[in-house]
Amino acid sequence: MSNEHHHEENFIQKYIFSVDHKIIGLQYGITSLLFLFFGFCLMMVMRWQLAYPETPVPIVGGLLGETGILLPEIYNSLGAMHGTIMIFLGVVPLAVGAFGNYIVPLQIGAPDMAFPRLNAASYWSYFVGGVVMMASFFMPEGAARSGWTSYPPLSIFEAGQTIWLIGMIFLITSSLLGSMNIIVTIVQLRAPGLTWWRLPFFVWAQFVTSFLLVLAFPPLEAAAILQLMDRVASTSFFLPSGLVYAGATVEAYGSGSPLLWQHLFWFLAHPEVYVLILPAMGIVGEVLANNTRKPLWGYKSMVYATIFLGFMSFVVWAHHMFLTGMGQAMSAFFQTTTMIISIPSVVILTSFFISLWGASIRFTTPMLFALAFLPMFGIGGLTGLPLGVGASDIYLHDTYYVIGHFHYVVAPGTIFALFAGIYYWFPKITGRKMSEALGKWHFWPSLIFMNGIFMPMFIQGLAGVSRRMYDGGQLYAHAQDVLHWNEFMSTSAFLLGAAQLPFFINVFISMFHGEKVDRNPWGSTTIEWSAPSPPVPHANFEGDIEVYRGPYEYSVPDAKNDFSPQTEK
Amino acid sequence: MQIPYTVEERPETGLNNSKLGIWVFLASEVMLFGGLFSAYVFLRIAAPEGDFAYWGSKLSVPLATVNTLVLISSSVTVIMSWASLKMKDFEKYKMYMGLTLLCATIFLVIKYFEYTGKFHHGIYPSSSTFMAIYFTLTGLHGIHIIGGMIVMAYFWLPAGNSMWHTDPEHFTNRIEVAGLYWHFVDLVWIFLFPVLYLL
Repeated sequence: MSNEHHHEENFIQKYIFSVDHKIIGLQYGITSLLFLFFGFCLMMVMRWQLAYPETPVPIVGGLLGETGILLPEIYNSLGAMHGTIMIFLGVVPLAVGAFGNYIVPLQIGAPDMAFPRLNAASYWSYFVGGVVMMASFFMPEGAARSGWTSYPPLSIFEAGQTIWLIGMIFLITSSLLGSMNIIVTIVQLRAPGLTWWRLPFFVWAQFVTSFLLVLAFPPLEAAAILQLMDRVASTSFFLPSGLVYAGATVEAYGSGSPLLWQHLFWFLAHPEVYVLILPAMGIVGEVLANNTRKPLWGYKSMVYATIFLGFMSFVVWAHHMFLTGMGQAMSAFFQTTTMIISIPSVVILTSFFISLWGASIRFTTPMLFALAFLPMFGIGGLTGLPLGVGASDIYLHDTYYVIGHFHYVVAPGTIFALFAGIYYWFPKITGRKMSEALGKWHFWPSLIFMNGIFMPMFIQGLAGVSRRMYDGGQLYAHAQDVLHWNEFMSTSAFLLGAAQLPFFINVFISMFHGEKVDRNPWGSTTIEWSAPSPPVPHANFEGDIEVYRGPYEYSVPDAKNDFSPQTEK
Repeated sequence: MQIPYTVEERPETGLNNSKLGIWVFLASEVMLFGGLFSAYVFLRIAAPEGDFAYWGSKLSVPLATVNTLVLISSSVTVIMSWASLKMKDFEKYKMYMGLTLLCATIFLVIKYFEYTGKFHHGIYPSSSTFMAIYFTLTGLHGIHIIGGMIVMAYFWLPAGNSMWHTDPEHFTNRIEVAGLYWHFVDLVWIFLFPVLYLL
């Protein structure tokens, strides 16, 4: 792999099958944003059904059949695919694939990722996985219908499940290749002088995230292989003996266990929660330090907390399974570890809040998103505690409360942090700033409508409304008092969709007409801002990089500026 | 632009990029097979008494013993091929790598006869939970063998081993990394053999 002789690259080599980490990062970014938007649209169709049950869906109704009404089986498909797309095709590829790829090599002063071709393979594997998932909508049997968790035995009887499993195997492979690459890059390619304690918090977050992906994803791959065997080779890994489905005894050898799937699935899916949140925290750390003009408070304890979080995330998975009857001893163990794992998250969040103390804060658009992340993630985290304790989980399990809880973590939490990252690093990628005015038109409505969607979910959940109900709970007496919230939440969801319009306009206009900036428009200290904007193709920096100081030396007494870049003596 | 430490070692870690990469990859492989072995334990506990032992007795221990010996031999030859390169003896490398490929082929041929023998007697993955996990585990292991063979065959053929003449150190590293993977595949079989055939 020698790029010493700069040969002319044609369009396809440069933008499609590129091995440059920056192009691959952008490919990941654009693809995952499109998937995020698509996943959001699926949800809007579902929200229409919940607010106005069995009335024709406007605009896209024609796609749903002659009546234009969303049918129950399609509702289930949309639910399953919304979860799958948002997590595996949207947020993780954006947080790890796009930001990890684009920013990590720049922040450690490396010319590229350690394995550029593996990097491209990772993107294309993700792409194929995405195409397979999309294709499942057009299959005669339809897309998967068993939720993103795909619990057997019901999932085994759904024909659409096969293609979901095949898609997942591609997506898992992509994640493995990508995260291996990030680990090796961070360990091996740090610039001279960049010791571990001089790494920006974002790099630490990506490092721990990559370990979670490398070690937690393979058990899901194992589980996907077993479920695929159940589907195509008529095995019965997840089918117990004497199972009755649709009025007939299932013809299979039996003696399998649906619980086995749940163990393997949550062994991935709990670390996955931290895969969703850690890169977001990393971005928030960068944006906060830059816009408070002071060092991150408690940087070292945050790094230790992140590492501890990574370890603990492997021993909390069964708190998703309190209701499976796995036994008191198991429940007691897992609720204890769950309480313990909340400590490092609180350490990180508290450090962020203390970092604000006494700062002269610049309220730029990235900073607004980062600031909003703090209370929103706070709500998401704190509402998780009652779910981690067996006694209260028995009441709240599988209600809208759970949906509210994890959406607060991922939507106004992680996705806000990812927006912060886009606004913050856009000048590095394009050499132009995004419009602040449009940014604020994006931020404030998004914040209001996010809460408009998810806050009432707590109310409904506490009233006992189950999740995954096609009619939103119309048939249940105990749900009647809280049903009127459905229309409110759905309206908020549609308005949230409209609130993303300024963002798309902003990206397109700013790409060509934004304010031109030099290499360090935010007055930042970390290494990526020493590279030109955009960085040099296949090399990133003009010359050799040497690092002399820690990541957040803002407002150093007697320094000539209020920021002292890591690469300056 | 050249990516640092592709061939030479980074002083603090004592590793080049590929060697660290393969160790991280193997860690993920441990988790993959670890997940499947855990599934085996879980299913065995849940199964009716004697069910696993009954179906397990249908497997051929002699064939698997031969296969174990074949795979262990291939682990020896693959390390000899790397050592030959370290001693700058390219002809010996080709011989030992050829032997490794031969062993891998013998393993697959024996496995083929084992599989078809089962199918002949009407035993399929759906026949029992034990057979399901047997075919899944050995099948996945077999895919790993085939993957390793493709890589090693490429390094054995002129298209892949021409790098020896332009960048011998880099080529030697590649063989070392492929060898590490091959040892892992071998090790998985060392676990599979007692768990499936002897227990």
